[in-house]
Amino acid sequence: MNRLPQVFSNGKAFIPFITAGDPSLEITEQLVINMAEAGADLIELGIPFSDPIAEGPVIQEADNRALIAGTTTDKIFAMVGRIRQTCQVPIAFMTYINPIFTYGTERFMENCQTVGVDVLIVPDMPYEEKQELLPDCLKYGVTLISMIAPTSQQRIRMIASEAQGFIYCVSSMGVTGMRQELSNNVEHMIKSVKEVKDIPCAIGFGISTPEQAKQMARFADGVIVGSAIVNIIGQYGEDCVPHVMEYVRGMNKATKQQYEKQQ
Amino acid sequence: MSKGHYGIHGGQYIPETLMNAIIELEEAYNYYQNDPGFQEELAELLHNYAGRPSLLYYAAKMTRDLNGAKIYLKREDLNHTGSHKINNVLGQVLLAKRMGKTRVIAETGAGQHGVATATAAALMGMECEIFMGKEDTDRQKLNVYRMELLGARVHTVTSGTQTLKDAVNETMRQWAARVADTHYVLGSVMGPHPFPMIVRDFQRVIGREVKEQMLEKEGRLPDVLLACVGGGSNAMGLFYDFIEEPGVRLIGCEAAGCGINTAETAATIATGTEGIFHGMKSYFCQDQYGQIAPVYSISAGLDYPGIGPEHANLYDTGRAEYVPVTDDESVEAFEYLSWTEGIIPAIESAHAVAYARKLAPMMAKDQIMVINLSGRGDKDVAAIARYRGEQIDE
Repeated sequence: MNRLPQVFSNGKAFIPFITAGDPSLEITEQLVINMAEAGADLIELGIPFSDPIAEGPVIQEADNRALIAGTTTDKIFAMVGRIRQTCQVPIAFMTYINPIFTYGTERFMENCQTVGVDVLIVPDMPYEEKQELLPDCLKYGVTLISMIAPTSQQRIRMIASEAQGFIYCVSSMGVTGMRQELSNNVEHMIKSVKEVKDIPCAIGFGISTPEQAKQMARFADGVIVGSAIVNIIGQYGEDCVPHVMEYVRGMNKATKQQYEKQQ
Repeated sequence: MSKGHYGIHGGQYIPETLMNAIIELEEAYNYYQNDPGFQEELAELLHNYAGRPSLLYYAAKMTRDLNGAKIYLKREDLNHTGSHKINNVLGQVLLAKRMGKTRVIAETGAGQHGVATATAAALMGMECEIFMGKEDTDRQKLNVYRMELLGARVHTVTSGTQTLKDAVNETMRQWAARVADTHYVLGSVMGPHPFPMIVRDFQRVIGREVKEQMLEKEGRLPDVLLACVGGGSNAMGLFYDFIEEPGVRLIGCEAAGCGINTAETAATIATGTEGIFHGMKSYFCQDQYGQIAPVYSISAGLDYPGIGPEHANLYDTGRAEYVPVTDDESVEAFEYLSWTEGIIPAIESAHAVAYARKLAPMMAKDQIMVINLSGRGDKDVAAIARYRGEQIDE
């Protein structure tokens, strides 16, 4: 059973991202369980890639650390299997198309279903190329997420009409990473989506402070935070779990506050 | 839907942020491709600025020495800026200008594409930024200075393996950050559609000229075409007008580095597997989990873990052959051509010369071989001296 429907049933969703295997898979396992406890509604696990072209320096370095530590796709699947014995938080994989394709797309999706990965986010697979993955995603019950960017404009209608699960709205131009200022464009992007389809919209790229989370949750259904968490992991290494917990609690609260106000 | 396929290869595997930019590029290219004004201006630049047509030179001494096929050299090294890269760059920068862009960015390996881009940007009054891996800025210092002299800003890329693939990664990231006024001048027949098509079309002039020059000099087509292949732009430019000529053998020479049985290699066809990276489905040097391999070659321009999708298809269909050539063989060929013909080739092009030395003696004397001398070797002299154990200052 895909756990995605529960992600947005609990008010505004807080969605943290971490790179699997940074600094080790043992820590990643603890982080997932603890972030779920701290209120995360969906946890994005990055399968590290040697050449992450959509990532800024913070996540590039995390990918690098994870690969040097010997992280592989198989070991990540095994870890998710262990997590699932005690924890049913919805889990997404975020990775590039080559690790999926080279692993064998069907085998990859089958393993996702077996261990309990609900969602797949692939930043270098635009709408035009989604047939590369979609048939196997459908076959094995993995929700393939569509992304829209500030440059998408007239493409939003086409992308949204076929989107499933939720839409990942890229807040800013460029790569992932913390930003001082977020564009006002996102609100408009979300409006365009909702005109076409009643589907949840989560915003990612650049969000790091509770104020930003609050601001985004005014018009988004979910807030995705990656680099800020990965930065904490990079700073504290093996001792990062309590620090990440504290941060996730604060961000989750900020995201959901907005929802409670609206109610 | 999905576009730009060569057999099973090609496609447009890039972030959504860049999709409108490449759609806009394709539309502009399709328009200007048939625009007489654009084509006239490009032809004028290729002739009076770049120095085309480039010569097709009969290498008499080399022919006598190897005692087999008659050898011709296509002298792309004589183009302005010293390599075939200028053909593509003049086309793309002119196109970018017509599209209303004011800034161009590019990756570079050996620095030849960076120098060509900086040159065209200076000529056409565009802002220019070049991304180059740290390993390459170290081994090609002269080209870094040349680019700066031409008014470009050169950024040293310190991520990953600090070579060409990382320069491509960083240029793609920078393009996504600022796409409205910026064109990415991709330097090879790779990346997402329409780049493999556009770069091939702008390089096609090489093969078209060879065909004419050969008919003029010999009254017939050559038997073998040889070119070095990294991403594969000079090879594609040479091969393209001969694909429909079944009597002409097409051979691409890949950089084998220390050998295809070692980890220090960049020979994609010999050692790679099917993958999807840098916007395209093609062959890549990678591990079983799809992590791109840290490839190696003495030649910064061939030090790339993939190959253009049209080459991948020419390989699949058997229309072209791809052979590995090691560092040692290329360095020997670099020296060989220097003292045999008085021509110092780029270390990239020396890979094709090296294979010619093996193949020509096995061919009949009435057979003809054309080697694409894609660039000149001035930039490599210091590195070759170091390879031979001699320290000289550039």
